Amino acid sequence: MSTYRILRHRDIPNIASLDVYRAEGGFEAFHKAVAGMQPSDVLNEVKASGLRGRGGAGFPAGLKWSFIPNNLWPHYVVANADESEPGTFKDREIMESNPFQFLEGLMLASYAVQAHDAYIYLRGEFWQIAKSLDGKIAELEAAGLLGDKIYGTEYSLRLHTHLGAGAYICGEETALLESIEGNRGQPRLRPPFPAVYGLFGKPTVINNVETLANVPGIIANGTAWFREQGTEKSPGVKVFSLSGCVNKPGNYELPLGTTFRELIFNYGGGLPEGRSIKAIMPAGASSSLITADDRALDTPMDYESVAALGSALGSASVIVLDDSVNVAWMVSKTVEFFKHESCGKCTPCREGTYWMSHIADRIVKGDSRKEDIDLLNYVARQMQGKCLCALGEFSTMAVVTGIEQFREDFEKLQRS
Amino acid sequence: MAKKLVTLRIDEHTLQVPEGMLVVDAARKVNVDIPVFCYHPKMDPVGMCRMCLVDVGRPVIDRATGEVVKEADGSPKIAFGPKLDTACTTPVSEGMVVITNSDKVRAARKEVVEFILTSHPLDCPVCDKGGECPLQNLTMAYGPGTSRFIFDEKMHLAKHVPLGELVWLDRERCIQCGRCVRFQHEVVDDPVIDFFHRGRSLEIITDSEPGFDSVFSGNTTDICPVGALTTADFRFGARPWEMVSAASLCSHCPVGCNITYNVRREAKTGGNMVIKRAMPRQNEGVNEIWMCDKGRLGYHFTESKQRLSEPLVRKGGELVPAGWDEALDLVAQKLREAGSSLTVLAGGRLSNEDLFNLRRLADAAGGQAVLDTHMGGGDLAALAVERGAALIVVNPNETRLDKFATHTLRYNPGELLLTFGGFLESAAGKVFAEAENALVFYGSNGLGLQQSTYLAYAAAELLVKTGHYGKANNGLIPVWPKANSQGAWDMGFRPASNLGDQLRQSKAVYIAASDPAGDDPALAAALDEAKFVIVQDLFLSETAKHADVVLPAAAYTEREGSFTSGDRRVQRYYPAATPRGLARPDFIITAQLAGRLGVELPAAAALVLDQIAAQVPAYAGLSYQKLAEVHEQWPIIGRSDVYYGGTGYENKHGLGVQLPCAAERGEKIDLPAAANPVLPSVPAGSLLVIPVARLYDQGATLRPTALLDGRIARAELALNPETAEKFGLQAGGEALIAAGGWRVQVAVRVDSHLPVGLGLVPRSTGVPVFGPTAVTIEPVQVEIKA
Ligand SMILES: Cc1cc2nc3c(=O)[nH]c(=O)nc-3n(C[C@H](O)[C@H](O)[C@H](O)COP(=O)(O)O)c2cc1C
Ligand code: SF4
Ligand code: SF4
Ligand code: SF4
Ligand code: FES
Repeated sequence: MSTYRILRHRDIPNIASLDVYRAEGGFEAFHKAVAGMQPSDVLNEVKASGLRGRGGAGFPAGLKWSFIPNNLWPHYVVANADESEPGTFKDREIMESNPFQFLEGLMLASYAVQAHDAYIYLRGEFWQIAKSLDGKIAELEAAGLLGDKIYGTEYSLRLHTHLGAGAYICGEETALLESIEGNRGQPRLRPPFPAVYGLFGKPTVINNVETLANVPGIIANGTAWFREQGTEKSPGVKVFSLSGCVNKPGNYELPLGTTFRELIFNYGGGLPEGRSIKAIMPAGASSSLITADDRALDTPMDYESVAALGSALGSASVIVLDDSVNVAWMVSKTVEFFKHESCGKCTPCREGTYWMSHIADRIVKGDSRKEDIDLLNYVARQMQGKCLCALGEFSTMAVVTGIEQFREDFEKLQRS
Repeated sequence: MAKKLVTLRIDEHTLQVPEGMLVVDAARKVNVDIPVFCYHPKMDPVGMCRMCLVDVGRPVIDRATGEVVKEADGSPKIAFGPKLDTACTTPVSEGMVVITNSDKVRAARKEVVEFILTSHPLDCPVCDKGGECPLQNLTMAYGPGTSRFIFDEKMHLAKHVPLGELVWLDRERCIQCGRCVRFQHEVVDDPVIDFFHRGRSLEIITDSEPGFDSVFSGNTTDICPVGALTTADFRFGARPWEMVSAASLCSHCPVGCNITYNVRREAKTGGNMVIKRAMPRQNEGVNEIWMCDKGRLGYHFTESKQRLSEPLVRKGGELVPAGWDEALDLVAQKLREAGSSLTVLAGGRLSNEDLFNLRRLADAAGGQAVLDTHMGGGDLAALAVERGAALIVVNPNETRLDKFATHTLRYNPGELLLTFGGFLESAAGKVFAEAENALVFYGSNGLGLQQSTYLAYAAAELLVKTGHYGKANNGLIPVWPKANSQGAWDMGFRPASNLGDQLRQSKAVYIAASDPAGDDPALAAALDEAKFVIVQDLFLSETAKHADVVLPAAAYTEREGSFTSGDRRVQRYYPAATPRGLARPDFIITAQLAGRLGVELPAAAALVLDQIAAQVPAYAGLSYQKLAEVHEQWPIIGRSDVYYGGTGYENKHGLGVQLPCAAERGEKIDLPAAANPVLPSVPAGSLLVIPVARLYDQGATLRPTALLDGRIARAELALNPETAEKFGLQAGGEALIAAGGWRVQVAVRVDSHLPVGLGLVPRSTGVPVFGPTAVTIEPVQVEIKA
């Protein structure tokens, strides 16, 4: 029995092969569901587990599935494997090393909402993973686990991979749908939400790879088992992608509610000799900065507690900044990233990221005017609450919190 | 079905509007302007520009009871969202409270404008939109006085990008609102322009060859909220405030698009009023706020150097200038002499007033009024307009309409009769028979006068058989080749069954706005046999060159008048430009001639229409006042800073009047039995060719628009590859086609979508094919130069 729930390949060699995966209990959950459970039972089980989306927003997965209306057909399920947030690299490890668990989760989700086609949307750079998943899907079809009349029932399901073409925005679920449909990767207006008007205008569930990888365990072992780990409101384990100024960056599967301190110091091996921790970005480039004081370090990493710190857990891509990092420099990097990735659909984000990148650039180059720090702050705040999708909002997070908490880093770079 | 009404509050106004209406539109109902850039009332909202942000509150509903929670004072408790909402994407709901005038909303508008202006060139002094620019106007109304953006960091982009030869793009001015792209994709379904790249690098591109290949492209320059898109025609042509507006109609087809000519006095024309551009004028019953590029660009004939400016009389074999009195006296004398042997031939681009007076002149002299047309059935046309129905398309070849059709029927031109015979038994026929309302649009695609007359009768019979006749929203709508062919029928002009013979036998032929000699060499020969030929035209046409007297007519842009559209809406137009030289309006020329024959005809347009109203039953009750009536149209778009900052769209001069059909007036129409269509026999070695319409043809009023040179239809023969091979023709090659006394060289186009054994020739390109015709074909050997 593995001590891991998601990163089980770390215990079980070759779990990426179908035989090994099946020998370890793989596809028993799927069999149990398709052969013996009503779709609504599967849905209710996931709802009861309290599983929350691992893609960023932490939205309860079962609840999301329950929004799919039963008077509009067909239904689709889409796995979000775009994984483009800087500092996030967990879905990649899951898909590369424990692919069948993810696929089984996707298949269970499809069964729960009675979708007969499901898509896996991968960032373009994951073309090798897509190729390998195609192979796995073919194996499942050959084994009778995908295709028509699965396990002799009336249920049929097919999986399709789809590669993106290099746009962070295509991780946003509605831009992702547009991209699958062959349109420009730009977010849609909401409402209507994908649950009603999704892929090809049909009801669609979109879940992150890691969210889906949690589902087989829930169906196989039950809600109580799932809730053994994590907190009441944020149950289960999470794969934390740790990077930045730490000795042992990497993915760590830990219960939700583990503190920053444990992750960074116990598991991540702490910081290099002589460095002290300065700030944490818990959700990649989209993070609000957290000043790494004792209160912060002892905060449990669950959705509520991190939000209480004025930040968000997001996809739990924890980037550590030590005292050698100038926050203004780091902010200029995130701003540059968002300027590059803004889809350009809405004015505040298209113009604001461009404007912020110029100001941040001036500051970092030592060319700024005295008023530029405030101007940068202003422009970021001026964008807030006006953008069409969350990307625009994300682009302002590090700017506003960076200036608020580390203003001296900005001032240091100004000529007196 | 009437929609449920909901009550909401917008600032201090309480109003009731239909459920589903967008907040931005609801606000317009109470004269609250919510500024927009990307929203356009004719297209689906996209919420991109974020200019329309407002504070939206909704009543709090108690989950348990389902009741609205009340404040202490009994008023409903309203919950506002944490963020502002886009008014262009938010539908109204019961009890909603919208605040558009708070500090928060004002700040948001100012901030969005500041964002838009960060990389905007603000070259208003040289910008064609300057003066009617929503961005200018909304900046003045809501924007900040200064920008905090450092000028040197502005993004600089190409300023003169031809998307095609008709529309130019200034990339710097583009604010990425997407209106142009959505118009092409949603409104006209010609998705030939698109966005390219992303973020601040987003730009508009064309992906068609030739560039921006859409006959509606000019509309994007109207709806572009900045000076990013301009027509090659108007670009740097004039400033909006220098021009005045003249309400007019497009004269190129029978749809009857309402348009505005913007004119100004120009020194280089001696202080004359010159047309600088055409823009659509709002008429929601006709063209809404759109027009095609043919109409938009096709006014240049007015200013053409080739225009006739004085009467010409043939002396010693030469046409030489003469005074009006001399010319009119001579014509009057010849008309008197000719008596019943006079033929008056008129074209469908004349106004109702011209046609009425001309008809009266013909009557006065005892002559016959003939319409120059190759399409029949105008006596059967009846009212009908309503949209959103099953569309059954019946055509010999594939057309763009097929895409929108619920049923498509193809026929071989030789089997038109069969198609109609079996129609009611087909699936499409059943839909047709069972439909509550049914309209038949018919035209002359591929047909001649005889066949289209048959078609009209067969269609009318079908409508009668299925009970779709004699009531509103049912009936027959002809798609005429000319703007006022319907009016010509209504004024009593009828096509001649054998025009050549008739011309040959006439003692005098009076031809107005028609060029039989130019269209058909056989008619040119016939004219030479006529005793005396009078031509009244804009140009020294081929026919005019055969004339004994040439009378210069004022263009329709230089006078007033009225046209009757294909769906029988009578609409008036007003003078825009100064008449050329001594040219006179057609109806005045005829009135002056009639006077010489002792018949008094009115010489003022309004008075002619009064007479028409008195004498033509369908026109009873019409007057110029009536045609000039307007009622408020929705959406409110003219002179609206939020959609467009100018006056082009404004319709202050009349929406026109739709004529009732005969049955509605209580008249009975007797349907004559339709004669079977006669088709030419096709001897072995010959090919059956049919004429098809092309928008950009070589008509006399379009040719002077040099801008369209690259897109004008050429004389060509289009055929299926198999047929081409049979005749030894090659794609891109040339061929000589010949029939009954003519021989013309045409380009060969090969298209696998065409039916086998049939050739297509565009109309009005110099090939005298006016109906199904058997032609012989020889390939032209093209010399290949080494
Ligand atoms: C700009 C942007 C980028 C995003 N990128 C990703 C991504 O790469 N992967 C992902 O799973 N979710 C991403 N999301 C979140 C998705 O929109 C969506 O919420 C998520 O896929 C839902 O899955 P979950 O409920 O299982 O978390 C992104 C959101 C935004 C606004
Ligand atoms: S916020 Fe940015 S990424 Fe999102 S729609 Fe607007 S421009 Fe595109
Ligand atoms: S688009 Fe409007 S604001 Fe921009 S330069 Fe032209 S007139 Fe000025
Ligand atoms: S060219 Fe004009 S209409 Fe088109 S996106 Fe730019 S600003 Fe909008
Ligand atoms: S977002 Fe509403 S008008 Fe552009």
